[in-house]
Amino acid sequence: MDVSPQNISNKPFPGEVHPTAGGGILVTKLDEVINWARSNSLWPLVFGTSCCAIEMMSTAGAKYDWSRFGFEVARATPRQADVIIIAGTIVNKMAPVLKRLYDQMADPKYVIAMGACATSGGPFFYNTYSVVKGADHVIPVDVYVAGCPPRPEALLHALISLQEKIRNAGS
Amino acid sequence: MNKEELKARLEELQPSPAFEEGAEWTTVIVDPVGWEGFSREMRTTKGLEFDYLFCLTAVDWRSHFNIVYHLTSTVHRHTLVVKVKLDHDQPVIQTVSDIWRTAEFHEREAYDLFGVVFSGHPDLRRLFMTDEWKGWPLRKDYEDPVNMIKL
Repeated sequence: MDVSPQNISNKPFPGEVHPTAGGGILVTKLDEVINWARSNSLWPLVFGTSCCAIEMMSTAGAKYDWSRFGFEVARATPRQADVIIIAGTIVNKMAPVLKRLYDQMADPKYVIAMGACATSGGPFFYNTYSVVKGADHVIPVDVYVAGCPPRPEALLHALISLQEKIRNAGS
Repeated sequence: MNKEELKARLEELQPSPAFEEGAEWTTVIVDPVGWEGFSREMRTTKGLEFDYLFCLTAVDWRSHFNIVYHLTSTVHRHTLVVKVKLDHDQPVIQTVSDIWRTAEFHEREAYDLFGVVFSGHPDLRRLFMTDEWKGWPLRKDYEDPVNMIKL
């Protein structure tokens, strides 16, 4: 999905505000407001299985600071998380754990496959007995990020793409 | 103890040992015959006292296996690498888990992934792989048509 500049520019609130004396009238669609609210407070799950997690933590840190886009509240429980960033290799033994975490997340839930391992198995595609060749064999993925590991900018791009996807979803 | 002194001490234990040159640590290649006594002597001999096994692993060279022991002495601050050459068809070696307790898990790992049998080990069974797993996945000739995409 393309994130064009007009898409990522902070889209104003989806609706029209008509000021009146002592207040105003708001004309909007409920679906769009809900999508707008969801896209701006995506809470990621604390989940990382290898080196991509280091880049993910860097994205959360002060230098890149994903809080600017509404991701700051990383949750350590799937019950409170909206998005799972698969940051790292998924091995056969981890696959049921990932599935369970995904199942435990409340709807609506989103998945980002970060890096080569989560996308396709990456460097472990050939000649390995233990690695799942892409996390999408286990759970559905919304956004894929290329890289090994991807830079924080790439992850931010993926997160913003996910926001776009949510905002443009069924209205 | 420096490398030369260490080599001299080892020569007292093992007649004409084979040393490997060019590595960071003193490396000695020994025969599996007499390994039990030699390993115990390395632990107890005054002046050597290798009391810490910090790595135990196996290497599959197709023609044979090498079991590699990284030993260090917290008393004398010297380090030694011991390589034991094993037969590829029947890799069996005496356990060192009674000398260095940490070897209990290391040897289980080497057994799990390479199929090297450590005789005398108290609990030699699968560690990472499931109990019903067939084969030794880190061997070079390992085949797994279900999970593996061959290149």
